[in-house]
Amino acid sequence: MNFWRFLLKMDRRIIFVLVGLAVATPLVVPLNLPVRVTEPVRRLYRAINEIPSNSKPVIISVDYDPSTVPELRPMTLAVLRHCFRRKIPVIVITMLPAGAGLARDAMETVASEFPGSSYGKDFVYMGYKPGASLVMVGIGQDFQGTYPADGFGKPSAELDILKGLHNYDDIAMVLDFTGSSIYESWIMFAYQKYGCKVGAGVTAVMASDAYPYLNTGQLVGLLGGLSGAAEYEQLINWPGNATIGMDAQSVVHILIIVLILLGNIAYFVTRKKHGAAQVAGQGQKGSS
Amino acid sequence: MRRQVPLVICFVAGVLMLAQSFVPPLNWFYTNALAWARIISCIAVFIGLISLVRLHATKVRRRAADWKFSIITLLALLYMMLAGLLTRYGVFVKLHGQCVPGSMGDKIVTGFQNAFNFQDIFLNIQIPVQATMFSLLAFYIASAAFRAFRARTFEATLLLVAATIVMLGRVPVGHYIWGVPQATAWILDVPNTAAKRGIMIGIGLGMTSTALKIMLGIERTYLGIKD
Repeated sequence: MNFWRFLLKMDRRIIFVLVGLAVATPLVVPLNLPVRVTEPVRRLYRAINEIPSNSKPVIISVDYDPSTVPELRPMTLAVLRHCFRRKIPVIVITMLPAGAGLARDAMETVASEFPGSSYGKDFVYMGYKPGASLVMVGIGQDFQGTYPADGFGKPSAELDILKGLHNYDDIAMVLDFTGSSIYESWIMFAYQKYGCKVGAGVTAVMASDAYPYLNTGQLVGLLGGLSGAAEYEQLINWPGNATIGMDAQSVVHILIIVLILLGNIAYFVTRKKHGAAQVAGQGQKGSS
Repeated sequence: MRRQVPLVICFVAGVLMLAQSFVPPLNWFYTNALAWARIISCIAVFIGLISLVRLHATKVRRRAADWKFSIITLLALLYMMLAGLLTRYGVFVKLHGQCVPGSMGDKIVTGFQNAFNFQDIFLNIQIPVQATMFSLLAFYIASAAFRAFRARTFEATLLLVAATIVMLGRVPVGHYIWGVPQATAWILDVPNTAAKRGIMIGIGLGMTSTALKIMLGIERTYLGIKD
C-alpha cells in the first residue's frame, strides 16, 4: 500500500494522538505567539472604556454552562477585570440554571483580585431566574420587581448598587457571555425595545452568527471564542488562560489544515490512479 | 367546547398582545401577561423536575435498560437538592457557627460541611465532567475534517478554501501570513453576513406566519390536534 492509500485509510486514533500532542506540547513549551487585536474586540473594549467610573452599572449575563467554560470563562474574567479596574459597578446575572455557579465563581475570582471592592456597592450577584426573555423585559419595566432579592436572598432594596436603579435607563450596558443564541434576545429586548447598549462574547463556532448584529451596530462589540478572550486580555494588559491557550489553538488549527490538505491530495492522487487502472482494465477487456 | 375555548383564549391573547404595541392604554395586558409568563416559567421548572423523577423511578421499578444509571441520576438529584438547600439557608453555618465571611456571602469551610457545599460540588465535579465531554469534540472534529472535507465539487471547494482561511485568521499565526487577516475579515463581514441575513429574514417571516396561523386557529398541533 503506498503512502496516499495509507493516509486515506489511516486509523483515526493516530489523528487523536496528533491532536493531543498538538494541544499539550505548546502548553508545556509555550511559543508565545503575539496576539493581534481585531476590530470587533477593540470596539467592545472602547465601549466599556467610555463608561464613566462610579456611574451607571453594567449587567454581565453569564449564560453558559460548564461545557463551554474553557472558551467563555476567560473572556468573562477579562471583561470583569476591566470593569473592576475602571470602577464600573457590575451586576452579575444568569439565565441558565447551570450558569449560577459559574457566574458566582467568576465574580468571586475577580472580586478577590480587587480587595478594595465591596459586595453590594461595587458588584452584586443576582443569581438565576427562569424565563430568559421574560426576565429581560422585566428588567426594562422594574428591575427590583424582577429581582426582589440578590442571589443570596438579601433584599435588593438594601443593596447600595441597586438604589435608584429602575430599568435599562439606569444601566450603562448589557454584556452577555453565551454559548447559545440568547444574546439575540438581549438585542431584541434590551437594545431594540429599551435602547440599552448590548455587547456579547460567544463561542468561536457561534461568532459568525453574530456578525450581522455587529455590522448594524446592534452589538457594540463582539468577543469570539478563545481568540476573542486572548485579544481582550491583551487590551487590558492582563494575560490569562486565553493567552496561554492561543498557542495550543494555533498549532491545532495548523494541524487540522495540514490534515485536510493531505486528505485532499491523497483523495485526488488515488482517484487518478484508480481511474487510470479502470481505463486500463476496460482496454484489456476490449482487446481480449 | 374543549377545542373552542383554548382557541378563543389564544386568539384574544394574541390580538391583545399585538394591539398593545400600538395602543398604549392596553399596556396593562402586557404587564400582566409578563407576570403570568414568569409564574408559568417557574411552574415549568417544577413540572420538569417531577417528570424527571417519574421517568427514572419508572425505569428503576421496571428494571428497564440501564436502570442502574437512573438510580445514580436520582441520587445525584437528591444530593444536589439537599446540598443546595442546606447551603442556601446556611444550615451548617447556623449549627456549627464556623464560617469565614467570603467576598459575597458566608462560606462553609470545615470537614463534613464541605461535602454538602453546593458551589464546591458544582465547581469540582460538574464543570470538569461537562468540560471534558465537550473537549472530546476537538478530536472528533479533527478526524471528521480529515475524512469528509474533500474538494469534490465547486461548492465544496469554496467551503474548503473559506474554512481554511477563517481557521488561519482566527489564530495568532494567521495574522502573520500576508492577506489572511483581511480575507478573514472580508469573509465574515460580507458573504457570511449576507447569508445570515437571508436566513434571519426567512426565519422571521416563518415565525410571523406561524404566529398568525396559531392565532387564527389554523395551526392546532399545540392542542394535541393533528388535523
